Amino acid sequence: MKSKKPNALRSVVAHTVLVILSFMCLFFFYILIVNATRSHADLQKGFSALPGKYFLTNLMKVANDGTFPMFKGILNSLIVSGCSAALCTYFSSLTAYGLYAYDFKLKKVAFTFIMAILVMPTQVTAMGFLRLITNMGMYDSLLPLIIPSIASPAVFYFMYSYLQSSLPLSLVEAARIDGCGEFKIFNRIVLPIMKPAIAVQAIFTFVGSWNNYFVPALVIQSKDKMTVPILIATLRGADYMNFDSAKIYMMIMVAIVPIIIIYLLLSKYIIAGVTLGGVKE
Amino acid sequence: MRKKSKSISYAKWGYVFILPFFLCYFIFSLIPLLDTVRYSFFEYYRSGIKEVGPTFIGLQNYASLLQSDMLKYGANTLILWVIGFIPQILIALLLAVWFTDVRLKIRGQQFFKVVIYLPNLIMASAFAMLFFTIFSTNGPVNSILMSMGIIKERIDFLGSVLGTRSLIGFMNFLMWFGNTTIMLMAAIMGISMDVFEAAEIDGCTGFKRFYYIILPLIRPILAYTLITAIIGGLQMFDVPQILTNGQGTPDRTSMTLIMFLNSHLKSKNYGMAGALSVYLFIVSAILCFIVYRMTNDNDPDGSKAAAKRREKEERRRRK
Amino acid sequence: MKKKVIAALLAASMCAGVLTGCGGAAKSGGETAAVEEGKVINIYSWNEEFRQRVEAVYPEVKETSADGTVTTLNDGTEIHWIINPNQDGVYQQKLDEALLKQADAAADDKVDIFLSETDYVNKYTDADADVAMPLTDLGIDPEKDLADQYGFTKTTASDMEGVQRGSTWQCCPGLLVYRRDIAMDVFGTDDPAAVGEKVKDWDTIKNTAAELKAKGYYTFASYADTFRLYGNSIEESWVKQGETTIKVDQKIMDWINSSKEWLDAGYLDKTVKGQWNDDWNKSMGSESKVFAFLLPAWGIDFVLKPNWDGDDGAWAVTNPPQEYNWGGSYIHACTGTDNPEHVKDIILALTGNKDNLLKISKDYSDFTNTTSGMQEAAKDEAFASEFLKGQNPFEYFAPVAENIKIAPLSSYDQGCVELIQNSFSDYLQGKVDYEKAKVNFETAIKERYPDITEVQWSE
Repeated sequence: MKSKKPNALRSVVAHTVLVILSFMCLFFFYILIVNATRSHADLQKGFSALPGKYFLTNLMKVANDGTFPMFKGILNSLIVSGCSAALCTYFSSLTAYGLYAYDFKLKKVAFTFIMAILVMPTQVTAMGFLRLITNMGMYDSLLPLIIPSIASPAVFYFMYSYLQSSLPLSLVEAARIDGCGEFKIFNRIVLPIMKPAIAVQAIFTFVGSWNNYFVPALVIQSKDKMTVPILIATLRGADYMNFDSAKIYMMIMVAIVPIIIIYLLLSKYIIAGVTLGGVKE
Repeated sequence: MRKKSKSISYAKWGYVFILPFFLCYFIFSLIPLLDTVRYSFFEYYRSGIKEVGPTFIGLQNYASLLQSDMLKYGANTLILWVIGFIPQILIALLLAVWFTDVRLKIRGQQFFKVVIYLPNLIMASAFAMLFFTIFSTNGPVNSILMSMGIIKERIDFLGSVLGTRSLIGFMNFLMWFGNTTIMLMAAIMGISMDVFEAAEIDGCTGFKRFYYIILPLIRPILAYTLITAIIGGLQMFDVPQILTNGQGTPDRTSMTLIMFLNSHLKSKNYGMAGALSVYLFIVSAILCFIVYRMTNDNDPDGSKAAAKRREKEERRRRK
Repeated sequence: MKKKVIAALLAASMCAGVLTGCGGAAKSGGETAAVEEGKVINIYSWNEEFRQRVEAVYPEVKETSADGTVTTLNDGTEIHWIINPNQDGVYQQKLDEALLKQADAAADDKVDIFLSETDYVNKYTDADADVAMPLTDLGIDPEKDLADQYGFTKTTASDMEGVQRGSTWQCCPGLLVYRRDIAMDVFGTDDPAAVGEKVKDWDTIKNTAAELKAKGYYTFASYADTFRLYGNSIEESWVKQGETTIKVDQKIMDWINSSKEWLDAGYLDKTVKGQWNDDWNKSMGSESKVFAFLLPAWGIDFVLKPNWDGDDGAWAVTNPPQEYNWGGSYIHACTGTDNPEHVKDIILALTGNKDNLLKISKDYSDFTNTTSGMQEAAKDEAFASEFLKGQNPFEYFAPVAENIKIAPLSSYDQGCVELIQNSFSDYLQGKVDYEKAKVNFETAIKERYPDITEVQWSE
């Protein structure tokens, strides 16, 4: 009872802070929407707080340009990001579980190794990576954008930390006594417990892969394999006669819609983590 | 004793489970990575499109980096990190606690949870475009401040050291605080409801609840957050790169280490870039080791206690 | 037995290697008369601009696929367009990789034509690099076939020995574009000839700037606006052939000093820092107090026009204080091409044919690379512009183009031009002192070009 008053105060503070933060986030989003509804000529003149009337025009321009495969690009991005997120989270969980639940000789070595590569800056390896995949005959294909996500040290570390705080080993042993195989234990018992962590990392991996420009731009060559960020960069590099910044903003807008949907879908699982935690009882 | 027998019968599964990860890593990352390290001992770059080298020069790249302004860029990076990441982690922690506090009953939770993550969805380059528009000398922020009478003369945000650094920090904060919040939220939700209920009966609420229960229990994830924040900070690149056109203006005060690295990569100076990467690796390894030690080994009780509690609860449920 | 087979195989493959090696050498030597043309022409570019020009004027074009990636010619040869965005240097990165692999690539995968921009054309025309073929090796005689081109475009596309290794269809002479209403207010006339007199050289325009200032106007928006005028007229190239020393030309120092002077005197708008930002765009609007901009043809049509929010007819062009060029894309035949005949045809059709060039000028409003054609355009009423109140800008463009003199370029130009502006922006804005700006430039340039050992400053 005593704590009722401070709670009311906390609630007010919490709401105020949230409203301010949301305002800042939405403000930038709002500007993006406004810019997507204005014409190139309007945009050149600078900022405006009110939306223009070119929303449909811009959308049609982006969607109907024959030389600019927007839908194909979104599809490619969905494939790359979706597969990356799935592979990345599954194999990271698997690796984390392998290192967490089993005792074997190289366990310490393996763990230390992953922690070490976690901190290695990746920027320098881009050119070596490009040469490697060219030699492997994977240049200009989506595979080199997907497969390497199996080995994501950061995601592994997150999964490992999560297991540490939420998977009791006795549960695994109990399952073994019940006669479950090791893979079955992982897929049927461990994975469900990790749902919130997987949902979180799936979102992050998906978004990261969705917005990645540099590596795809180096690897992808043909137009029908381009992902969304490369398409946007191509738009930006357009011939000054056809240069249209309204089109760019519209494309950025369009590119965000799929990730918001994915986020909304996955965020349910994060919430579901609570029920898993015991509210069900 | 029991432990030993377990290790014998199940050890191979450990190898099986971690095999795909290591296989994939060795093929796609380690080969290019070793190349990087190898080249750090060579003079190897391109002049125009002519390749110079590779010629073995020992530690010369390392030595000339020490003579360059590398340490200054390190300091820049540190300052930018403090401006951007410290508030980010604090705010994220606060929000995560609020969102998961059932008693606090935040209205429109779902809405807020979506909104705080929105900035992370916009590509950094597009986000920077918006920042330019909004904070330009004749832009809306200046107009609003002027009409409110807060300032007398238009502020040239990107022209001053403080302005540029704060904008970079602010942008980093805005882009990533939602991300961190979600991560911490997931961690807190991994804590059993029983613990909170028990704590409440004992009269443990508000700050105490946070300090004595949440903080110890999410320690592993918090360590993760800190470590990734440190790595993210050391590897800070896209935001300052785009906002300052890759130059770290004014007077190279917002030049970060990776921007420095990038300017070597631009000239295809694999030797110098390799040496710089090795330096970066050593620094981040040391920092992460310290954080890891501080958060994990100090009080191993935290996580184990949680595990035990969960264990009991799971057993109960299975019955 | 087995060993023998392997040995035989090895010998065979070595022979094959030698043979193809010879073939390649013969081709790159340019004696290609008897060699059959390949079926695929690979063209590297960063946007669709070049494709549209080729479709418009190259008579052999039959059709282009809907997505714009393949153009089929009448004889069945296919042009494959390999387009990579310029952003983050991806275009040059991919082109460089392809060029390094050129010798080993299969005939139909070889780069046949690639494009470069004025800023970095010399990275590719460099004689040592030998990636762009001398035009004479293709069978084009620049003296004869390209006689009508403007001299400076030929200099730009030549290596340091003066061998032309590229050719362009467009050239981008720049003018001074000014607001008629401000001219009326300050000088009492908006006549291009009279205004031209007031801005004819740097000394005169400085006095004019004081006049404009007295009435509350800025002469130009930003110090970056004038850089090209100075940068184009340096006496010696930034780096001399075979040297590793950068010589900062007196003209560059002049730019720094006069920019500082103009900025302090209030002849430039202090709030506009550089180009291509919102503040710069705004300074082209009707609310702005900026009198003039220095822009080429494309700048007037695609930068100034969209930014201007008043009626047409408010602007006029006249001669700049100094002739300059801004922009332009060069076509290069790539060493090792397996389609030298087609490549030659395309280069001639796009850059050496007056009718084609005039067509490009009409259809795409490029200022094209034909001296006689542009002289005709200068007298042709069809080229008059509504935006300039019926003035024909070609009347002023043509003489500027003829008088541009360009110092020999070096392959270090892109970095030098970019970094000197960046380093001295801080100085001009008063963030660092002069000496610090110099040091910053030296640091930055050595990062960009590891082989540079020294920077020498004039004065």
